[in-house]
Amino acid sequence: MSKFSRRRLIATGLAAAGGVAGLDVAAKLAQKYGLVPPDHGGIYGAGETLTYAAQRLLTRHSLAREFPRSYISARPFANEISPRDEAFDRMKAGGFADWRVAVDGMVARPRSLSLSDLKSYPQSSQITEVICEEGWSYVAEWIGVRLHEVLDAVEVHPQAKYIAYFSLDKDWWDSMDMADALHPQTFLAYGMNGAELPVGFGGPLRMRVPRQLGYKSVKFITRLTVTDSVKKFGKGLGSAAPEAGYAWYAGI
Amino acid sequence: MADSAWPGTLSATAADSDSPRHRAWVRATHWITALCFFALLVTGFEIVISHPRFYWGESGNVNTAPLFHIPIPSSRATVPTGYGNVLPDQNGWSRALHFEAAWVAVITGLVYLLLGISTRHFAKNLIPQARLSIRAAIKAGAWSYNPVQRTTYLAVIFVLFPLEIWSGLAMSPAFVGAVPASVILLGGRQSARTLHFFDSLILLLFVAVHLAMVIRAGFWPRTRAMITGQMAEGQ
Repeated sequence: MSKFSRRRLIATGLAAAGGVAGLDVAAKLAQKYGLVPPDHGGIYGAGETLTYAAQRLLTRHSLAREFPRSYISARPFANEISPRDEAFDRMKAGGFADWRVAVDGMVARPRSLSLSDLKSYPQSSQITEVICEEGWSYVAEWIGVRLHEVLDAVEVHPQAKYIAYFSLDKDWWDSMDMADALHPQTFLAYGMNGAELPVGFGGPLRMRVPRQLGYKSVKFITRLTVTDSVKKFGKGLGSAAPEAGYAWYAGI
Repeated sequence: MADSAWPGTLSATAADSDSPRHRAWVRATHWITALCFFALLVTGFEIVISHPRFYWGESGNVNTAPLFHIPIPSSRATVPTGYGNVLPDQNGWSRALHFEAAWVAVITGLVYLLLGISTRHFAKNLIPQARLSIRAAIKAGAWSYNPVQRTTYLAVIFVLFPLEIWSGLAMSPAFVGAVPASVILLGGRQSARTLHFFDSLILLLFVAVHLAMVIRAGFWPRTRAMITGQMAEGQ
C-alpha cells in the first residue's frame, strides 16, 4: 500500500481546497454570464446546467435546421389539444378578430396586440421540424413574425434576461432567455403550410422556438412578459415544464 | 468494460503477482460507466415507452407508417398501441437522469480514452495480437484476453459507445442546428433515433454476455479483482 507522508497530506489538502474554490469561482462566473438555468437545483441540476451552459457557450448563435419544401410532412400530428372554453369558440367564430396578446413587463411601451397588429410587422417564414420529447416529429412551414420584431417595437429594457410567455391554457406557460428571444428563428407563428394556423396546431397564435423541443413552442399565446428574473412566476423554475419534472431548457 | 491492466506479457509469472490485475483508473472508470449504463438503460426504456414506434428518415409520428413498433402499451394515450391501458408517464425524471448520466459517461469515457492511450493500455491489453493463439490465451488464463475478447472490447469502446453518443447528439435540436452533418450522415432525425435504439440493444447484449462470462469464470474473484485490483492466490 502507498505510504502516507506529511507532504502528500498537505498536497492533497491544498488540491481539495483549490478544487472547492475553483468550483465556487466557476459557479459565480456561470451565474454572471447567464449559464445557469432557473431549474438548476436538485439532483438533476448539474446535468441541466452542464447542458444549458455548453449550448450557450458553443451554439448561442447557431440556426435550427431548415428544410426544402419537399420535406414538409404530409400528415403532421397536432398532439393533444387543450380543452378550450366557450369564449375561445366565440373568438374562433369571429375569425379571432378579438384575440389579444399583451406585451408587458420590462418594456418602455407595453402594448396589447391584435392578430392584425402582428401581421403589420414584417412577415417571415421558416420550414422547421417540431420535435416532441416523446420521440416523434414533423416538418412544417411556419409563417409569422420574428419575436425580436415585437420586442423591438415595445423597447425592451437592457436589464431584461427572460421573456415569459403565457397560453390561454393556464397550465401551460414558459420562458426563454434573451439568446432565444432575439434569435432570428424564434417566431410568433400565425400561419402554417401556406394557410392560417389551425387550432389543433396552436392557432390562432403559437410560439415557435425551433432550437428547442416542441413543448417550448407554446400554443394559444395571450401574453408576453419581459423580465430580469423568472422567480416570480409559478414556482420560480422558469416554466410549467420543470414543475411537471421536465427541463426548462429543452435544446438538450 | 472489464479489461486487464497486466503490465507484462503473457510470459509474466507469479513474480509480478503483486501488481494489480486492473489498475485503479481502469477500475474507477469501469464502475462509473457501469452505473451510467444502468441509469441510461432504465431511463432510455422509460423514454421509449412514451412512443414505442420507430421510423426511418427525417420525421415520423403516429400519422405516418412506422418502420416497426414494439408491441407494448405506451405511456401516452395518443399512441395507438392496440392495448387499452396507458402506462404511467415517467419521462420527466427519466430524461433528466438520462442526460445527466450521459454527461458523466462521456466525461468518464474521455478520461478513460486519454489514460488508455497515454499508459499504452489499449496497445498492450486490447489490440489483438495475431501471433497469439486461442490455446495460448486460454493457457494464460486470467492474466490476459484472447483475440475475441480484445476485438469485442475494442468494438464496444471505439464503435458502439461512440455511435451511441453520436446518435444521441443527433437527436438534440440545438446540437444538430450547430452541426447539421451529425444528423444528415445518419440519414435524418428518426434514423438517428432508430440507430440509437439498436445500438443500445447491442450494448445490452454485450453486457449480458460479459456478465455471463464473469459468472462462468468465477463471479466473486472477478468482481473483487475489478473492485480491489487484486486476484486471490491461484486465480
